[in-house]
Amino acid sequence: MSSASIQPFTSRRMGIYNPFQQVSMWGDTFKGDSSPNTGVSTVLQVDAGMDNKSEIISQESTGPSRNDEGDNSADKVKRRLAQNREAARKSRLRKKAYVQQLETSRLKLAQLEQELEKARKQGMYVESALDAGHVGFSGNVNSGVAAFEMEYAHWVEEQNRQICELRSALQAHITEIELRMLVESGLNHYHSLFRMKADAAKADVFYLMSGVWRTSTERFFLWIGGFRPSELINIIRPQLEPMTDQQVLSVCNLRQSSQQAEDALSQGMEKLQQSLSQSIGFESVIAGNYGSQMAAAMEKLEALEGFVNQADHLRQQTLQHMSRILTTHQTARGLLALGEYFHRLRALSSLWAARPREPA
Amino acid sequence: MDKVTRLASENGIVIFSKSSCCMCYAVKILFSELRVRPTIHEIDQDPEGREMEKALMRLGCNAPVPAVFIGGTLIGSTNEVMSLHLKGSLSLLLKPYEALS
Repeated sequence: MSSASIQPFTSRRMGIYNPFQQVSMWGDTFKGDSSPNTGVSTVLQVDAGMDNKSEIISQESTGPSRNDEGDNSADKVKRRLAQNREAARKSRLRKKAYVQQLETSRLKLAQLEQELEKARKQGMYVESALDAGHVGFSGNVNSGVAAFEMEYAHWVEEQNRQICELRSALQAHITEIELRMLVESGLNHYHSLFRMKADAAKADVFYLMSGVWRTSTERFFLWIGGFRPSELINIIRPQLEPMTDQQVLSVCNLRQSSQQAEDALSQGMEKLQQSLSQSIGFESVIAGNYGSQMAAAMEKLEALEGFVNQADHLRQQTLQHMSRILTTHQTARGLLALGEYFHRLRALSSLWAARPREPA
Repeated sequence: MDKVTRLASENGIVIFSKSSCCMCYAVKILFSELRVRPTIHEIDQDPEGREMEKALMRLGCNAPVPAVFIGGTLIGSTNEVMSLHLKGSLSLLLKPYEALS
């Protein structure tokens, strides 16, 4: 009996977690005392205590003849029960530490999988660029893109946090000033996204326009590297009610102006496609030489960055105008609606990716 | 440059453009949606094109084209035009020149 009690202690001293040992000991926890689990740090302290106890126990096992026969059995029983309680307590603490270890490993694994996925996407993108014999491909392009991916991941995390904060703030009926501060952070957060996108456009405009940095459902709505501002207005409108007549008119005008600007940019993009196609087309090949033809095509491509910048400019301006038309509270509701919409869209993307599929 | 200033004041709405510039095309589309017919000068087809380009840059345009003038006053390039439009001011500025059809 006493040897069975000693075994877990030695296995811990050897630094080996034996789950099966633990299982047999866990049976004892239901008999054990109700001492609370006080965390991993206690285990270390307990270790020191344990060593003393094990010495006591070995003393016990080596010196049973120290006590009188009469007291011996009662004491032995008492001591055995105490040992059991102690062993059970140790066992619970070990189990807790083991589970915590598993949890951290699980998180680490999830993190690594995510990074692997990102690197794979990155690698795939790089591969395809190389396959196409991309002229002028250099390591610098990669680093600008990699930096953006990391920053964007943090941006999304911060966005989710802000949305939660905004939601609880609106439910808790905080002061106007506090709400104003939250709204300002929310708007500034979008502004920082546009700054990041501007840098990414300089690094690789095609990367930005492909939307590969977004989830697949978001990509479905892609218009020149992001969402249509007029669509964003439609998304948040229901959450803004009740609005004054003046507000309704202003929002309506803003949406219409945005639509007109979007149309103009869309047609400009189509023109760009046409003229790019023409510049590398067969007729051009006959007319000029390869070098000058490619140079002309390159010039056309440079215009792309301008279009992405203008599209983001539209998005930025739309946000700013909306925040001026609306009250603080309405803007807060609008930001919340927008954040929740994108969150659901991203969640939908994950669900779609994980859906069970018929084997081919 | 005299030529640029002269051309800019000759008509109500003047846009300096390049035939190859697709952003200029987008701005032209926007103006036509607003039912106005601006006077377009394609400076890449003008013999003094280079000079005109420099003059426009000196007047304060980041990109020489598109450069939009309303009532002889420089409004700016694509950025300024888009900002004004979202603000609702562009339609107001263009109202006197709206084509009657």
